[in-house]
Amino acid sequence: MMSKIKSFDELKRVQESLKAGRDPKKPCITVCVGTGCLAYGTQKLVDNFREELAARNLGDKIDFRTTGCHGFCERGPMVIISPEKIFYQRVGLADAGEIIDKTLLKGEIIERLLYVDGATGEKIVHEDDVPFYKKQTRLVFGLNSKVDPESLEDYLAIDGYSALGKALTGMTPEEIIQEVIKANLRGRGGGGFPAGWKWDSTRKAKGEPKYIVCNADEGDPGAYMDRSLLEGNPHLVLEGMIIGAYAIGSSEGYIYVRNEYPLAVKNIHIAIEQAREAGLLGKNILGSGFSFDVKINRGGGAFVCGESSALFASLEGRAGEPRAKYVHATDRGLYDKPTNLNNVETWANVPFIINRGADWYASIGTDNSKGTKIFSLVGKISNTGLVEVPMGTTLREIVFEIGGGIPDGRTFKAIQTGGPSGGCIPEKYLDLPVDFDELTKIGSMMGSGGLIVMDDRNCMVDVAKYFTNFLVNESCGKCVPCREGVRRMRDILVDVADGKGQEGDVELLEQISAAVIDGSLCALGNSAPNPVLSTIRHFRDEYREHIQEKRCPAGVCKALITYSVDPDTCTGCTVCAKVCPTGAASGERKKVHTIDQAKCTKCGACREGCKFDAIIVR
Amino acid sequence: MEDTVKEIIAQYRGDRSYLVPILQDVQKALNYLPKDALFAVSAQLSVPISRIYEVVTFYKAFSLKPKGRYQLSLCMGTACHVRGAELIAGNISDILGIKEGDTTADLEFSFETVGCLGACALGPILVVNGEYHGHMNIAKSTKILKKLRKKGATDDEQD
Repeated sequence: MMSKIKSFDELKRVQESLKAGRDPKKPCITVCVGTGCLAYGTQKLVDNFREELAARNLGDKIDFRTTGCHGFCERGPMVIISPEKIFYQRVGLADAGEIIDKTLLKGEIIERLLYVDGATGEKIVHEDDVPFYKKQTRLVFGLNSKVDPESLEDYLAIDGYSALGKALTGMTPEEIIQEVIKANLRGRGGGGFPAGWKWDSTRKAKGEPKYIVCNADEGDPGAYMDRSLLEGNPHLVLEGMIIGAYAIGSSEGYIYVRNEYPLAVKNIHIAIEQAREAGLLGKNILGSGFSFDVKINRGGGAFVCGESSALFASLEGRAGEPRAKYVHATDRGLYDKPTNLNNVETWANVPFIINRGADWYASIGTDNSKGTKIFSLVGKISNTGLVEVPMGTTLREIVFEIGGGIPDGRTFKAIQTGGPSGGCIPEKYLDLPVDFDELTKIGSMMGSGGLIVMDDRNCMVDVAKYFTNFLVNESCGKCVPCREGVRRMRDILVDVADGKGQEGDVELLEQISAAVIDGSLCALGNSAPNPVLSTIRHFRDEYREHIQEKRCPAGVCKALITYSVDPDTCTGCTVCAKVCPTGAASGERKKVHTIDQAKCTKCGACREGCKFDAIIVR
Repeated sequence: MEDTVKEIIAQYRGDRSYLVPILQDVQKALNYLPKDALFAVSAQLSVPISRIYEVVTFYKAFSLKPKGRYQLSLCMGTACHVRGAELIAGNISDILGIKEGDTTADLEFSFETVGCLGACALGPILVVNGEYHGHMNIAKSTKILKKLRKKGATDDEQD
């Protein structure tokens, strides 16, 4: 337990003494225990490391640290050996003893645990040389691999809370706001509203108390950067919030976090307790006279609660329905008091701006989008993971250079950005720089940073149907255009996918879209047609093929496809007959099999099981 | 049950703004939200039962029906969807004979689909009572269901 730190000078002394107590040359084993890696069973590996180190009496000679997500989720479980930064990936849960004996004690590299560069076939020893990391600018997210999220000491040892000390002792609230405005920090949750201006409005608004809220209700399917920041480096987010509270003049803050993120909830809880004990949160922070405290509230699992007014309703213990926005949250938000809401990643950027200045920050990125952005690169991609790049990096660089391209020899078809409010982007736009403005021009948006890659076996009508269906389920039902309009759009898309599409359906979808955009109350409805409109815009032919030719070229829409066996490649191995639940697939061993169309339910089991790619879907 | 509710509410110092987390904790303790528990929360927090009903029917995480011994959650995030999660959902529904969101009559299985779990590298993902099963496919899901069915039966015999 840390005793209260009473001034910025004392904070500096604590940081120095922590740093002095750490030998950078001392060997350290770091294991990623983010949610992604834990899903691989990494906790067992951690236990094994602790046992093996204890059994060899190496506890004093070798440091062991567990950290939050490093981003390269595809390759978990991951182990990094410092100071050399040797990178082991896909580590077996029983490999701990071998790693200690060979690499830490003898300095030998274990070849089978090294990352192999898909492009060159070369084995890579050091973390920094892995192409996935090499091409990123890991400003905010990079700190994750340096701290144990449960250790305030770790965060202080990398000069954590220096920005808070600087802000409280050397800057007025107005100066901080001006700095954030000058840095042009824009909201990372998807809206892209300049954070500094929002802070300024809340500061100037009449009414007490003023609230600040951290939006960690990350509801976009396929995006998990906020969770990874909150669970991997909770003190960074907290530091940003405290600085914001001081600038805005708020004494009370909330973190609204998804209940589905138990590790993030746990780690931010611990961080808040630690910060309170150390005098970094609570009354008279760092002896400055400024007081501020934070409460955590767990969300109930509703996508619409990412919307500010719905989020406030949920925080007040009510159903999360948005309200009309003629009154801004900065004037009347939570409990009708001035409220400043920013997303996790936005708060996490604040300490960097204070520490290194607005000019430095604004030197990264494009004209109107500054700094870096964390993207979650998922779907049909070789290197699934979290990627941080300067604003303005092209989609092609992200997908092919960092992401390693499309796996299984398939071809790129589209990339979906911006979650259910965004759209699908075809290959011809891959050289567009990604920032708040560029993607909007082609009918999508950057949003909170989900990038879902699709290959030639993904159907664009099906994707539009998927998102529309998601939005039908998540629409709160308060306003008619969204509740009924999106539902009708879903019904039409279901018909198109079922082969019941009619001439004029596409035009009707466009018409309803226009009405939903114009008439909906909140951003959920306003942007709900985007997945449909963008697929129509960029993949109109695919709609035509479904409606006029009654076929699904990607082989996804069940009503429009048939499964058959390619007689040239079938070896008669009988796997399809074994896995078929209805007995539709049959045949004699070593003879070409057949599929009885009358019995086939198109469940896909035969295609999944066939090792010879002999099941044809048309 | 009244005591469970009382204990949970005490942890939040009776603060009504924590209604959603309180109900989450009650559901965790009781496996679902029985009617009596909702009335107890209503009485102890002095929140009208209509408001509580509105909240529990609004948020997807709440269940007014008992859940099965094995709770299956299939991730239907976009990444899992493009990797074929829908075919797996179809397979699980076919085998269990229930739609997603339902529980089998013998209270052995509950099956739900959930939004993104944020472990996309492992997608598609099936979670069984909190345990993650990654790179799910049709054949693997069939095998898991068979195994659970068997395990349930032997556990019953031992009881």
